[in-house]
Amino acid sequence: MASTAAPASTIFRRPKQTSGWMSWLTTVDHKKIGIMYGYSAFFFFILGGLEALILRLQLAGPNGTVLDANEYNAMFTMHGTTMIFLFVMPVGAAFFNYMMPLMIGARDVAFPRLNALSFWIFIFGGIFLYSSFLFGTTGPPAGGNLPGGATDASWLGSTINGGWFMYQPNAGPRFSTGTVLDFGAIGLQILGLASLISAVNFIATIFNMRAKGMKLLRMPVFVWMTLVVAFLLLFSLPIIAVALFMVTFDRQLGTLFFDTFQGGDAILWQHLFWLFGHPEVYILILPAMGIVSETLPVFSRKPLFGYPAVVFAGAAIGFLGFGVWAHHMFASGITPVAQAAFGLATMTIAVPTGIKIFNWMGTMWMGKIKFTTPMLFSLGFVALFVIGGLSGVTHSIVPADWQQTDTYYIVAHFHYVLFGGAIFGIFAGLYYWFPKLTGRMLSEKLGKLHFWLMFIGMNLTFGPMHWLGLQGMVRRTWKYPEEYNFGTWNMVVTVGAYTIALSILVFMINWVRSKRKGVESGMDPWDARTIEWSIPNPTPEWNFGVNPEVQALDDWWHRKYDENEEGRPVRKAEADATIAQFHDQGVNPPSPIHLPSPSYFPFLAGAAFLAIGYGVVYHTRGWGLPLLAFGVILLLSSMIGWSLEPLEEDHEEVHA
Amino acid sequence: MTALPLLLASCIEGSPLDSLDPQGPAARRIDELGTPVFWIAGVILAIVLGGMTFAMIRYRDRGQADPKQIHGNAKLEVLWTAIPIILLAGLAVPTVQAIFDLTECDADAMEVDVIGHQWWFEYRYPEEGITTANVMVIPAGKQVCLNMTSEDVLHNFWIPKLNGKRYLVPGQQTLLTLEADQPGEYWGQCGEFCGLSHALMRARVRAVGQTDYEAWVARMQQPATLPADGTPAAAGLAEFNGICSTCHVIEGVNQIDKPVGPNLTHFADPYRNVFAGASLDRTAEHIAEWLADPPTIKPGSFMPNLNLTSDEIDVLVAFLQGLDPTKGN
Repeated sequence: MASTAAPASTIFRRPKQTSGWMSWLTTVDHKKIGIMYGYSAFFFFILGGLEALILRLQLAGPNGTVLDANEYNAMFTMHGTTMIFLFVMPVGAAFFNYMMPLMIGARDVAFPRLNALSFWIFIFGGIFLYSSFLFGTTGPPAGGNLPGGATDASWLGSTINGGWFMYQPNAGPRFSTGTVLDFGAIGLQILGLASLISAVNFIATIFNMRAKGMKLLRMPVFVWMTLVVAFLLLFSLPIIAVALFMVTFDRQLGTLFFDTFQGGDAILWQHLFWLFGHPEVYILILPAMGIVSETLPVFSRKPLFGYPAVVFAGAAIGFLGFGVWAHHMFASGITPVAQAAFGLATMTIAVPTGIKIFNWMGTMWMGKIKFTTPMLFSLGFVALFVIGGLSGVTHSIVPADWQQTDTYYIVAHFHYVLFGGAIFGIFAGLYYWFPKLTGRMLSEKLGKLHFWLMFIGMNLTFGPMHWLGLQGMVRRTWKYPEEYNFGTWNMVVTVGAYTIALSILVFMINWVRSKRKGVESGMDPWDARTIEWSIPNPTPEWNFGVNPEVQALDDWWHRKYDENEEGRPVRKAEADATIAQFHDQGVNPPSPIHLPSPSYFPFLAGAAFLAIGYGVVYHTRGWGLPLLAFGVILLLSSMIGWSLEPLEEDHEEVHA
Repeated sequence: MTALPLLLASCIEGSPLDSLDPQGPAARRIDELGTPVFWIAGVILAIVLGGMTFAMIRYRDRGQADPKQIHGNAKLEVLWTAIPIILLAGLAVPTVQAIFDLTECDADAMEVDVIGHQWWFEYRYPEEGITTANVMVIPAGKQVCLNMTSEDVLHNFWIPKLNGKRYLVPGQQTLLTLEADQPGEYWGQCGEFCGLSHALMRARVRAVGQTDYEAWVARMQQPATLPADGTPAAAGLAEFNGICSTCHVIEGVNQIDKPVGPNLTHFADPYRNVFAGASLDRTAEHIAEWLADPPTIKPGSFMPNLNLTSDEIDVLVAFLQGLDPTKGN
């Protein structure tokens, strides 16, 4: 019995579109938000990748002339910023959004509108950051009464150029005039807010919305890693927020936190930055660890070896991640006691990481390994991540780090972790969970081509960088002379980078084709273990037709298989009937399901940050402050509208 | 398979910044500490990748029966927790020792102050009263204690064959030791991103025998070698006094409290064979190119394009190339 009259307290009616672009703008469905997160992150991945390709063109041979110094600095800054803040973090959020509720048996996240807000803030933060290409200005250093040579500003060079790390005082007002660093500092601030909001949401969701029987130690490892990442975000983002406020105050209001000429401290920035920046590394890699912890058991047809150890190792990595920030600063002149302490702390991270790696091997051992595309990417992840992990241990040998730091050896190291690790893990997840989005499979043939091209390209690109670094190639330098003898390997690296690009092209073709014409997946195409496969594909709007009850770790597997006296799985006689029953429940829920209504306010509140951002950057211009005021008012009124919004206009279902 | 090591060797050979080719005690100590770690890491890598490869071949799906559902093994897991701990504890001891040994100067070390500028290194010898730039001259076989700071942003002084790198921090002092076993030219590079021309902030250390060093000190302590009247170089001196002397000091010619540019007193000393952040060889052609428009060569250079005529450039080159304390005038 639906009534059409809106309740008296309504300011706006809640939107109801379930299709068309307006439905995407107003959606609060975790799956749609996850998909939007995924596509936008992938879009930024392409941008970050193009930036990398331009960088590699410049460095292919000695004395490259593709870019000038400023353009090169802008490109490497945007490449790093994009890949970290606009690709790996949001694509992690995409997986968390889409998969995590399904894996704990929930119909949505704890705060669906907050989830949408997080996405829109991310989008507008990304737009803001990239708009510096159009509006950003660079200028000569302003300090010391120096004559200063002005820099030209081609559009390539008119974006943030102080490095994603924005080391002070170089990125401060004295040495980086113009607006590009303001775009950087405020853009990161906005993006950080988006992540912080979703972190709170995921923690609340995981703690409160698990299905009946889903004890903490029955949660899939991926959900555990979501939880650890959310806590890392919760504790680390406020630190970078404070640091970015200090930079913004220095740049906009004339404070002197980092102005070393007037008592400020350049190293203080690094402590704050890396106190965020090191946990950030684990924010980027733990989701991938979670993904392969799901895929390796499925395609080895064995349970995860030592599930509790893998979970606790993940938590330990997160915890230890906060205690090692100064290992980014071994060359900065911190005291030998501090260097020794942080060196030793860094070594300890190798222990839980080693546990994970050996447990993954233990999972494969004596298994029955199927080389599907997601499995190939998972195996690639383990192999490449081991290399990145071991080169990480060499940095903990502090004196050796004095040679390695700021060279391509470091670039090689963290790309083995973040490309070989995080990105291979992400692709493993995309191939594995694609059926949940579409009800179809990605092509295995194209998938394998993608994998091999990317695996070879990745090693060609980042392998030689170890050598280049040890030979003395310093990072963030836009050219190198012939005499340094870096030419040969750099050419190999560039060829590798373009091979990776080719592989991504194959992936995109595969995605577009398979979405329409891929093989239909059915409900449980991989014969999987966890409960997200106990519902039909593509995932119904309501996720679960009947709220699931979980009786064991890998509950779905246990519904299909018994163990015989040897300990081998035997498919239950009624397995097919069980699957059919679950499928039917998923498609035809036995009782009507109430889902949260869409809302305009997350989008409006997110858009407000664009106005606020420009308002702060241009607050000295005539229109800057009005714009800032407009943004703040839009934000506040959105929040008020949000809080007064009725649950649903024509909804009369009784809530428990 | 033999081609790969050959290729590697051919590329590493003749790399002037090779950190695997230590030429002094500090770099050697680092190398001796680091090399075993590379080997240990290599062995672990071989074990893991070997194990994975074995598992992939041995346990691939050949239609065999589903495997036993093994959920874990406490003993194994304790083992592969304990072994890394023991290994790392073993590495920790020499690491900590080396940290403390390498962050102090010997009591009898010679002192040089290093000051970072965007984008060149300045060297001051406090006891000898010498100021120079781009090339640091040191006696071979003697420890040099560098007291480092920066006049603007963070820089990072790195001579890979002699030692690891250390920041130059504005408003603070950091310390690095430098010692070369043999006379020779050791190349370096600023390691920390320091703005527009970071790539061109290079460094040279020239280690020489003790007598050569003393001779160098003696000639550096003299005022500049000034040109004879009527020569092109003399016209260059006049040019210097007109334009360059607001930023550069030449002892015996002018005085500035805080010169913006490098001290040019003995610009053409044979040891000072590079200029412009050690990115250009000190040849007449390069100097002329530089004077014509510094920011095209070193973007962001604080030396602006002075719109010099080619005649002015010619006399300046003659003057600068004459600033050689080994030659009389």
